[in-house]
Amino acid sequence: MSSQPRLWTTFTEPLIRQNPVTLQILGICSALAVTTSVATALTMSASLTAVLVMSAGIISVIRNHIPSSIRLIVQIVIVASLVIVIDQLLQAYLFEISQRLSVFVSLITTNCLVLGRTESFARHNPPGRAMIDALGNGLGYSLVLILIGSLRELFGAGTLLDWQLLPTVDQGGWFTPLNLMLLAPSGFFLLGGLVWAIRSLLPEQVEAGEFTPPETGEDGA
Amino acid sequence: MAELNPIALWRRFLALPNESRAKTLIVAFLVSAICALMVSGATVVLRPIQAANRAAEQQARLENLIAGIPGMSDLLSAEGGALSTVVIDLERGAAAKEVTPETLPAALEDSANWTTLTAGEDLAGLGQRPDYAQIYLLRDANGAISLALLPISGAGYNGPIDAIIALKGDMNTVAGMAITGQSETPGLGARIEEPSWLAQFSGRQISDARGDIRFAVARGSAGNEYEVDGITGATRTSNAITRMVRFWLGPDGYAPLLTAIRRGEF
Repeated sequence: MSSQPRLWTTFTEPLIRQNPVTLQILGICSALAVTTSVATALTMSASLTAVLVMSAGIISVIRNHIPSSIRLIVQIVIVASLVIVIDQLLQAYLFEISQRLSVFVSLITTNCLVLGRTESFARHNPPGRAMIDALGNGLGYSLVLILIGSLRELFGAGTLLDWQLLPTVDQGGWFTPLNLMLLAPSGFFLLGGLVWAIRSLLPEQVEAGEFTPPETGEDGA
Repeated sequence: MAELNPIALWRRFLALPNESRAKTLIVAFLVSAICALMVSGATVVLRPIQAANRAAEQQARLENLIAGIPGMSDLLSAEGGALSTVVIDLERGAAAKEVTPETLPAALEDSANWTTLTAGEDLAGLGQRPDYAQIYLLRDANGAISLALLPISGAGYNGPIDAIIALKGDMNTVAGMAITGQSETPGLGARIEEPSWLAQFSGRQISDARGDIRFAVARGSAGNEYEVDGITGATRTSNAITRMVRFWLGPDGYAPLLTAIRRGEF
């Protein structure tokens, strides 16, 4: 059982230390768009994780037989088909939420996260490991989405999963909803704050600056 | 010696070097074929459930909307009548003979049941107009029509706008208006959905005594009984509402029907 601890790290690394959203800044577009409420964030997370795990599994199974000249297109075709299947399933069984997610489920295809994992990990690893890595990454993405989604829903509407936690002024309570929370910019603010918080706690994640400001010779100018 | 055993053939295929042309083509073909099967399978199997979902949503939205039209619930309880659903033939302005509410979606999938509009006719920016429309009528105790709910649509600033306009028994006074679908700019054009704005429609007149359509969304404040206030910062959306009301209540829209109702032929 020597591979057990390594499998475990494969799974836990992407949760926070190698989180695809906050460290690699992948999948931002959907992370901003679908986090206005916890329900949509959860559905999106589940869809992305499912697509990621299945595509990693399939690609890993056929990894030794993918000609490298067409490997990207093969991966995208597999990912895209899985996404369509998931989208159809959502439209059939979770109609209301699929309406709110609108185009973002189909955009999982172009989510850099999925192609990034299949291209960099699933292509070189056996199915079991590939799927565990995909699951870890999917859950890492889900963590961020659910965290931001909860904050936005709580402060934007005073609810969590449609449970009224903070009674709003409209309903005779005291809480004035922050409408900004429901708009896209707040997603940027929260995500930026989250990245900052994580990098303050784990300084090894901080990237080297791209340039150093020139010395001006004036102190405190 | 030609090897025809499928398992052996499969082994030989797997043993081909990855970069060979044959293997590239076969892998590409197999991947596409399997994915195509998966996608079409999911679509075909799930379509009936999705269609039922959409129909249920439309029904719910309609009920909401009827309840949401200002004064509508009062009107309904005052008149004591029930809404009836009718599919009408727009050209003739009469109830359609072959098409029922159940068969309407199927009929509208047939392009023969659509009329292409010329640039001059196409006030609402639709391009084409269905020949059949589903409307809702409310009759009073004597059987006379006291309210007609007419679905209308048109091109807005960001996308199509769908609405239902309610006309009183004289077919010239607006009883209410409800927006059922729009994708206008939030905070500006999307304010057409605000109940306070929609409430102004109640009591507006459509046409003057000569029969010319005068209804308009004003630039600024409404000046007369044919106008409603414009929305600041949303001129294009306001104009779109004006044009879609004028188109749908005009000769290429419901005008033949309205004439027939006024004559008491319904």
